[in-house]
Amino acid sequence: MMPDLGKYAFAVLASYGLSIALIAGLLALSFWQRLRVKRALDEVEARTGRGTGDG
Amino acid sequence: MIALLTRDLRLAFRAGGGFGLGLAFFLLIAVLVPLGVGPEGATLAKIAPGILWVGALLACLLSLDRIFALDFEDGSLDLLATSPLPMEGAVAVKALAHWLVTGLPLTLIAPVLAVLLNLPVAGYGWLVLSLALGTPALSVIGAFGAALVVGLKRGGLLMSLLVLPLYMPTLIYGAEVVRRGAAGMAVATPLALLAGITAGVLALLPFAAAAAIRVNLR
Amino acid sequence: MSIWEYANPKKFMQTSAWALPWVLGATVLCLGVGLVWGFFFTPDDYKQGSTVKIIYIHVPAAMMAINAWVMMLAASLIWIVRRHHVSALAAKAAAPVGLTFTLIALVTGAFWGQPMWGTWWAWDPRLTSFLILGLFYLGYIALWSAVDNPDTAADLTGVLCIVGSVFAVLSRYAVNFWSQGLHQGASLSLDKKENVSDVFWLPLVICIAGFVLLFLTLVLMRTRTEIRARRLAALLARERLA
Repeated sequence: MMPDLGKYAFAVLASYGLSIALIAGLLALSFWQRLRVKRALDEVEARTGRGTGDG
Repeated sequence: MIALLTRDLRLAFRAGGGFGLGLAFFLLIAVLVPLGVGPEGATLAKIAPGILWVGALLACLLSLDRIFALDFEDGSLDLLATSPLPMEGAVAVKALAHWLVTGLPLTLIAPVLAVLLNLPVAGYGWLVLSLALGTPALSVIGAFGAALVVGLKRGGLLMSLLVLPLYMPTLIYGAEVVRRGAAGMAVATPLALLAGITAGVLALLPFAAAAAIRVNLR
Repeated sequence: MSIWEYANPKKFMQTSAWALPWVLGATVLCLGVGLVWGFFFTPDDYKQGSTVKIIYIHVPAAMMAINAWVMMLAASLIWIVRRHHVSALAAKAAAPVGLTFTLIALVTGAFWGQPMWGTWWAWDPRLTSFLILGLFYLGYIALWSAVDNPDTAADLTGVLCIVGSVFAVLSRYAVNFWSQGLHQGASLSLDKKENVSDVFWLPLVICIAGFVLLFLTLVLMRTRTEIRARRLAALLARERLA
């Protein structure tokens, strides 16, 4: 299944691995920030009854 | 405008005004680098143009937060904003004051430090010329950086992060002038580009800096 | 129906709400197809061996690192001129994405360069320019974080982005002047002179499309978060006053 990367296996796999890790990290961070803000906003909107229902 | 200039100059030369600190820092760099790199003449001669330029640039950076911060804190900047003098003019004058107090002295003392760094003789004239042309740009770019962070309590480090990348083109061409001049090669291209950047920056950045100050005074 | 309607935060939130799943889906599709094809189903280069597979991440990331800044510049100009908050927030949202792409370009470049040039780093014009670009991103992000008032932050970072863009171009030429390079010249040009061989080209184009879509997904999501955060701050401020 895995192609024969030869002597460059480390370079190729490290590149792909680190890049995917960086993108995954950014996605995770963005999701976490989104969740945190959404929760806080929903809470405040429920309190003040000022919901905009913009999902 | 003259009044503003003389006021800023007088403030800078007073005790505690910070004059001389930049020079002392520049001297220290000229001492630290050989200590770090080794005393071998040939090595120092090779890196002298770059070290002198980086040293001048860092020494300029030191006194930049004084340009606006003190006036911002005591309200003088607000007064300046309401005065008939346009903010762009005020920025230009303050950058000029900064250059007279920092950039110009650095330019004049550089040949002495070049001796410490074993700069080839042919490079001395080009050193002074390149610094004379480049340090005004450093003052104006620095004024822009200072204007961005004037509202912040501890803006100094952030200002360095913002300003140092903007210094890079001037640094590259300035050091290149000295390097080529020291080797006896033609310097026309980097010299012209250095002057061009300074001219462009002098003409345009005061507007950006003034805009930033107005934003921070809101 | 003008694009300026999306300057209205509510309109932006509504439209992005239904668009986001589609953009995300397209991203997964393009990146999935492109990377799998590139990694598993392309031959080795006769000169570069299997390291040529790094191209499928390195080139798209590098292109998007630059495009992200261009988008931030456009968004900053729109904010300064037309005062649309969505624009300012979109620029803020895009910056970490651009920084990440710059990092990916530098890191994959280093892993590619090590076996090919024998060094992890070289002060070659392109690498140096990307390093400087990374510093610009850092400064921009730092300024947003440092300033409390959101409108002030938007204005200051907007001006910084505009001035920074001029200096980014200046730096590019200065760095070219300063050094001759190891990095190969542009090989994706339409005139096919120094072109990447066709067998690598199609998966590469799909990966580029994938990275564009990834950028779009992240910026849409992050801008939505910024808009919510702004609304949150406004509501909290109102609560405090009441």
